[in-house]
Amino acid sequence: MAQKESTFTNMTVTLFLVTLIAATILGFIHDLTKEDIALAKMKAQKEAIESVLPAFENLGDSYKVLPADGADSLEFFPAYGADEQLVGVAVKTYTKNGFSGLITLMAGFSPDGAVTGYEILEHKETPGLGAKMDKWFKDESKPKQNIIGKSPATTKFEVSKDGGEVDAITASTITSRAFLDAVKRAYNTYNQNQELEKTADNQTKEGGQS
Amino acid sequence: MNQMQNFTKGFIKENPVFVLLLGMCPTLGVTSSAINGLGMGLATTFVLLMSNIVISVIKNVIPSKVKIPSFIVVIASLVTVVELVMQAYLPALYKSLGLFIPLIVVNCIVLGRAEAFASKNTIATSAIDGLGMGLGFSFALTLLGAAREFLGSGKIFNLTIFPEDYGMLLFVLAPGAFLVLGYLIAIINRLNKA
Repeated sequence: MAQKESTFTNMTVTLFLVTLIAATILGFIHDLTKEDIALAKMKAQKEAIESVLPAFENLGDSYKVLPADGADSLEFFPAYGADEQLVGVAVKTYTKNGFSGLITLMAGFSPDGAVTGYEILEHKETPGLGAKMDKWFKDESKPKQNIIGKSPATTKFEVSKDGGEVDAITASTITSRAFLDAVKRAYNTYNQNQELEKTADNQTKEGGQS
Repeated sequence: MNQMQNFTKGFIKENPVFVLLLGMCPTLGVTSSAINGLGMGLATTFVLLMSNIVISVIKNVIPSKVKIPSFIVVIASLVTVVELVMQAYLPALYKSLGLFIPLIVVNCIVLGRAEAFASKNTIATSAIDGLGMGLGFSFALTLLGAAREFLGSGKIFNLTIFPEDYGMLLFVLAPGAFLVLGYLIAIINRLNKA
């Protein structure tokens, strides 16, 4: 078969057909994988929540709260024990101050505000340097860099270079600052939200509109 | 040139990274560790193989003036398919490579082979060329990644060879990519001359 000539009609028709076929195939594949992608994301999220919180029975409804110092809202996942008692809240938080931009992570807090765990969800930090944050801040053998069990209310969540009480990752101060920024944002928003909820509860009890 | 030579030329003689110097952007960007290099290489191999097959099938019905736009649409669609499928069925791999998958669209090896080879050859030859070139690319990326990972953090494929503290961080960072690539190109050129 000979090569088609480059007449105007030929070119238009060919380009139209090529894009039409490509779009149809993509639409089909998108439909096919949509559910599995959503499932995979849910599963990854659930695993992250389970790893940052102590054992719990069931998850309450998640809700989103806008932090005081950021443009995007944080997502809260309250977890309850067998007796409907709150055992902790997992917060999906972020920072834009990473060495290479956005870092999102899941942080767990006990009801009194202590960090119960964290899991990095997405980051673009340097491998071998900033990327070490996935383990660095939960190393139990090094209490000066471990943040598990500490609360931002009693411990100063700043790197020691900035006068804080957490040791930064060697040669990755910027990543460490960003990491602590994300955890602090989660804690502050969590706190602020709890206070709001308390006032809301009181109003309901006093017969106000909820 | 017989099919065997057609297949093996991608490894040393016409290696896309070391000899043709195509696709430098992902080469330098993703090779901070051996496993990243290998993953990126294999994903590119798949796209290269499929695009070479598709393009050699449709080469005669595409008027030459709209060849490039049509090829780009084909390649971009294939990459999107890879991305969606990986996201759905291999979420762990997607987590570490997801960032680099869309980069395959702009990798000039894929378009280069489509234009220079698949648009002039039969389906079988094009498929072999795509596979050979892709594996050559994977080989180059893995070698580069392993060298940088070894020099930078004392590991290869996450297996510790020497303690991390003795590693030279420079090699994990961008300048190290250029240094290692330069030396590897020199070695390959020496081998090609011999």
